[in-house]
Amino acid sequence: MASVNDFDLKQMTQDERVKALGMTSEQLTGRSMFMEFDAGASERFLYPWAPDVDFNKRTEIDSDEMTSTEVNEEIKKLMNEGYGTIVLKNPRGKHSLGVGILSKLNLIIEGSTGYFGVGLIDGPNVRITGRVGWSCGENMMSGTVLIEKNAGSTFGAAIRGGDLVCRGSVGSRTGIDMKGGTILVGGDTGALSGFMMQRGRMVVCGNAGKNLGDSMYDGTIYVGGEIKSLGVDAVHAELTDLDKSWLTRKLTQYGMLPKNGVDHFNKIVAGKMLWNYDNLEPSEKKLIL
Amino acid sequence: MCGIAGLIYKGKQSNVGSQMTSMLQALKHRGPDSTGYAVYSEGIAEEFVMRVKVAEADDMASGRGIYAELERRISKIDEILKENGVSIKDKSNATEYALRYVIKYDGDMGRLANHLEEVQGAEILSIGNGLELIKDLGDATDVSGAYGLQSFNGTHGIGHTRMATESDVDIRSAHPYWAFPYSDVSVVHNGQITNYWIMRREMENKGHRFTSNCDSELLAVYTAHNLSKGMALEDSLRQSIEEIDGVFTYLVATKDQLGMAKDTMAAKPLVLYESTDLIAMASEEVAIRAILPQEIDTYDPYDEEVRVWQA
Repeated sequence: MASVNDFDLKQMTQDERVKALGMTSEQLTGRSMFMEFDAGASERFLYPWAPDVDFNKRTEIDSDEMTSTEVNEEIKKLMNEGYGTIVLKNPRGKHSLGVGILSKLNLIIEGSTGYFGVGLIDGPNVRITGRVGWSCGENMMSGTVLIEKNAGSTFGAAIRGGDLVCRGSVGSRTGIDMKGGTILVGGDTGALSGFMMQRGRMVVCGNAGKNLGDSMYDGTIYVGGEIKSLGVDAVHAELTDLDKSWLTRKLTQYGMLPKNGVDHFNKIVAGKMLWNYDNLEPSEKKLIL
Repeated sequence: MCGIAGLIYKGKQSNVGSQMTSMLQALKHRGPDSTGYAVYSEGIAEEFVMRVKVAEADDMASGRGIYAELERRISKIDEILKENGVSIKDKSNATEYALRYVIKYDGDMGRLANHLEEVQGAEILSIGNGLELIKDLGDATDVSGAYGLQSFNGTHGIGHTRMATESDVDIRSAHPYWAFPYSDVSVVHNGQITNYWIMRREMENKGHRFTSNCDSELLAVYTAHNLSKGMALEDSLRQSIEEIDGVFTYLVATKDQLGMAKDTMAAKPLVLYESTDLIAMASEEVAIRAILPQEIDTYDPYDEEVRVWQA
């Protein structure tokens, strides 16, 4: 993205401004998906108690002889000492590594993690050089998680925000109950991906298993390969120029843009014959949303 | 929950006993109630290893009289073996209530096993040419140590750490299950089978026997039934996904094969590692990492996936 100075921004309309900043205002499906970004707002919310870390202050943890709890406590301790870049070595498939990090941090995990890795996070940028087990990134609120190899099932379950990226293939039920954010998968995904999805976007560059988007309320799923079958109330929708633009930008950001582009992607949305909160009265909608 | 693990070497032997112990110990948190192993070596032609227990572990706390009772039961087993023309090449006690026989026998194995199980408290855990099946209460290290498994060299093996949900905490309900009465076939399972009683009655009507109320035993009996009809292991695994309801991932080992099957929902985990000479699999990556510390590539099999590997 080309850099934009403050003067240019002030001359632009709101639509031009959000586009220039790489953000977008779009209505994907139905009123409940209407997302509006304020270009003037801070992109990352910081908790008042969040430690003030310096990304240039780097350290390492060798977790070979440590329990998951000890590793997570050590990460918090180092963050309180101002370390903004932490490299975790020898994770060896341990569960629940890097969970509950609620502020900015560069966390690099050299190896593979077990279940529930980097769940419940709000803000950090995480790179995992190996594979992750079930439920990686569960309930993440913001930040980025990039996995270089494959991921297990329930990848990104119930995420609310941020980018969760797997360069390889993922297991079943990817993005189950997701409520926001973006899931990117370089390879294939298994059965029941996007099950009961409520918001957000999932992109699968490879194939998708059976019952894709089963019982989804809202949100959008893009699939570059074949779809074994659609789930209940998941329907095809037209891939618009806005979709293509967003897909290209997002996949390019992580070096995952397919050689043949994104024009062949299928777009799947909720048919809203099963669940439809668009027609609720405003007072009811307030309770739901 | 419950943890399952398996490994198979292609065309070579390794310290399978020690490796399976490490893998299952890493899965202890998935099931601390009991641990079991089915490990395979090339065996000796025409000889079978028979693993039999004559009491449950808890029975040993029932009073001093149990020792005399165990002696009586073991004498009775020896007597039946002799009556059936079985040649006992070796006999040893793994624990006070579990014995290992090396036998030569060319008769009907099912009939022999049925006859032996007429002895009160006796249960044949396995009979096989290459199979050694051990299971007991406790974690992987405890069971492996008690039965001297650490030094076992072989080609492949499967194992299980059990969290009892469907039946009692006892050896009878522990995995692996031997596919009675077919030598060298064993099964471990993680999941719940929801049409267990329907399928059990169907199998019982076909003449098969069940020793426990554990739903996992059905998979062993079902596999045994299919193999007895001449079905290939891969076909049996595939058919099971159609006929057996519930959520499950299970492993089956034969004398020279190891297979896996995953249900239609892919609701129970399995992580796979494949290299040119070793295939390792477990409910969780942490078990594979327990024997392969170097960086490796692993993946999750998908729903309805069936795989079979040859030793």
